[in-house]
Amino acid sequence: MSLLSVRDLTLKIGATEILHGVSLDVAAGEIVAVTGESGSGKSMTALATMGLLPAGARASGHIRLGGTDLLTLSERDLCQFRGQAMGMVFQEPMTALNPVQRIGDQVAETLRLRGTPRAEAEARSADTLARMGLHPERIPPSRYPHELSGGQRQRVGIAMALALRPRLLIADEPTTALDVTTQAKILDLLTRIVREDDLGLLLITHDLAVVHGRADRLAVMNKGRVVETGPTARVFAEMAHPYTRALFAASRHRATLGERRTYGPLLEVRGLRQDYPLPRPHPFAKARSQTALRGIDLDIRKGERVGLVGESGCGKSTLTRAILGLEAPAKGIVTLDGARVRADRRDPALRRKMQVVFQDPYASFNPRHPVARLVAEPLHLLGPVEDRAERVAEALTSVGLDPADAHKSIHAFSGGQRQRIAIARALVTRPELVIFDEAVSALDVRVRAGILDLIAGLSRSAGLAYLFISHDLSVVRGICDRIVVMQEGEIVEDRPAEDLFAAPEHPHTRALLEAAPVLPDSAGRAKEETTCD
Amino acid sequence: MLSYALRRLISLALSLAVASLAIFLVVEVAPGDPAGFMLGTGAQPDTVAALRAELGLDQPKLERYLSWAGGMLSGDFGTSYTYRTPVAGMVADRLWVSLPLALYALALSTLLAFPAGLYAAARRGRAGDVAVMGATQLGIAVPNFWFAMLLVLLFSINLGWFSAGGFPGWSDPLAAIKALTLPAFALALPQAAILARVLRSSLIDVLGEDFIRTARAKGLTRFQALWRHGVRNALIPVLTIVGLQFSFLLAGAIIIEQVFFLPGLGRLIFQAISQRDLIVVESVVMLLVFAVILVTFLTDLAYAWVDPRLRRRR
Repeated sequence: MSLLSVRDLTLKIGATEILHGVSLDVAAGEIVAVTGESGSGKSMTALATMGLLPAGARASGHIRLGGTDLLTLSERDLCQFRGQAMGMVFQEPMTALNPVQRIGDQVAETLRLRGTPRAEAEARSADTLARMGLHPERIPPSRYPHELSGGQRQRVGIAMALALRPRLLIADEPTTALDVTTQAKILDLLTRIVREDDLGLLLITHDLAVVHGRADRLAVMNKGRVVETGPTARVFAEMAHPYTRALFAASRHRATLGERRTYGPLLEVRGLRQDYPLPRPHPFAKARSQTALRGIDLDIRKGERVGLVGESGCGKSTLTRAILGLEAPAKGIVTLDGARVRADRRDPALRRKMQVVFQDPYASFNPRHPVARLVAEPLHLLGPVEDRAERVAEALTSVGLDPADAHKSIHAFSGGQRQRIAIARALVTRPELVIFDEAVSALDVRVRAGILDLIAGLSRSAGLAYLFISHDLSVVRGICDRIVVMQEGEIVEDRPAEDLFAAPEHPHTRALLEAAPVLPDSAGRAKEETTCD
Repeated sequence: MLSYALRRLISLALSLAVASLAIFLVVEVAPGDPAGFMLGTGAQPDTVAALRAELGLDQPKLERYLSWAGGMLSGDFGTSYTYRTPVAGMVADRLWVSLPLALYALALSTLLAFPAGLYAAARRGRAGDVAVMGATQLGIAVPNFWFAMLLVLLFSINLGWFSAGGFPGWSDPLAAIKALTLPAFALALPQAAILARVLRSSLIDVLGEDFIRTARAKGLTRFQALWRHGVRNALIPVLTIVGLQFSFLLAGAIIIEQVFFLPGLGRLIFQAISQRDLIVVESVVMLLVFAVILVTFLTDLAYAWVDPRLRRRR
């Protein structure tokens, strides 16, 4: 008998039905992955199991955990089940912990809640943290969350969920916010605990590569339904449902980049150094600083497509800000097309040549303005422009949107469309260089594939040069001629993309490549080709 | 933490120095000669000059500033022009009314606001929330002197539980507290209404945070999550308001002091201004500035106590 058995789970929020008869099983000692795009209902299935649905949501059907139907329990009884019989780990380790409580206390709280005496709870909390890899001699339980890295915080989150040794663990995108190397470690940890404790793990992820080689069984969800389920290897081999095939194809999608054509230097970065002051231990202490960039040299030629890869904290963002002239570097020079980029000077002619697209397509727009105004924003750099409307229409058309929608406001568009609008805004001044700062990281695989195609197409047709920044090597691979790898404020490898993937030289590049989860190459491909015909 | 406190302390001292200079200059340029005012419009110029010399008003400005500021450091606030008694003693007498009144009102406002804010946040959007928010709306809208008169009407005149005004002194502490009760309530009500609203909206913001969901996943009930993880995180804006309110209560009770005939700081400064008793004005204003800066300092310390992330920064 399975540990968790979800049968015909239907969920309504108001009059809208979100889940339509979802059925799932998780056995003890088994990892079951639920995958699908945002809005497919995978997180809602998890929250329904925990009984933590948003206000106004009504679930029907059956969710049995060890024989008890959770949907029939009162809120009070459910509180007894949470933490005790089932635990949950969330996506954002940065916000999932209480910032004003020590990590040891947060883990101990799970135990104290069930009446464990304080001293015992504290001891067991320290043990659990140690088991999750946070050994007290290095990371004492008296630390606060802000003193920990993302991966360490996620370990605290797992410790909290597992302190009472529940039989079921639900992990909702537990590694999505983490670097590849950290992701691999957290996934290893989860796998180890499942095997050691005979725990059932419901792993929710949008990333098929994470699923591969980790999950025993896989359920693919689309629009509130489980469209395909079975042992992971079989699902990957058969791909019975067209949606599974589409997901898989999009995950492995490579844009057609076209031939590398470069002409003349465009961006030159020389000896860039940046330091940030650290807090002083006392007011009379010597000022200390942290070095974010240690002498960066980087060239981008006109028409060249360069990828920049590195883990969080490696200096990618600092470099971007210095290139864009948003922040003056401590040392070094940035020149664009022969003119020096300076943070302290307004130079519209220079700024026009360089635009940026950020990660979050929603947060980077003023929600009160219509799209036409949002896209036209950079046009002030050109001085008085007569053909504003034409230029906006041209930019929208070039990113595959209908210029007739220019009067709509930003919430009328989906995430992928918003990112297209952000690209249109970057293109409206006809720049020479566009910086894509994690521009596809927040998007679903199929949407991401479309945006990557768009970017590749723009570079083919307009000869656009870009710097594509990402923490994800597999994304950068298909869209760049050259790849730059950064580590701790330094460029450790800078080579043509194919060379770098074929024979990475620097140990850090090799570590990044090894840690990155990969999709099976042979299994799906034969199938994919036959279905494409 | 110690370094944080030390840094705050240095900025406190600097603020005081700047404030003392500003107060001195503002009072200097304000129209009205104390000597001329004391002697009346018909006074002979040489009499006025003699009095000015006696009061030390003929000295150079810098010297007068230094002797005033230096005197205050050693606890000598100078001598009142009008009453010819040491300012320090006058201020101390009044402070013994105003400070307890402010603390009393602050305690009442906090005691009223916390349960109301917590309750409203926990029952957000439901009848209880609407009722509490309606009541706070009313509490903000009603002028406190009018509310004070209502209190007098009800509790002093009709029920006879409290006296309608005056202050018997601290020789009988119970009577003194009793005399301060109605004024403290009148002062606390609008403050409590504001505080309850700030607490409620701050709590509601915090309740949307991911770590509240994490707490619920650990098995905490809705209220446990609110109490154990919500309140402390919601406290920063509340502390800001509490700090501002205390400063206001100390100096801003003039009208309430007037309604209840309380010999507090507010009345002292009002009288001193109308009599051009500049040295008293300067000293009381300086004292209030000191109180405000001190409260800000304590609020800063409280921030760091509440939020460990602030202990390192700034």
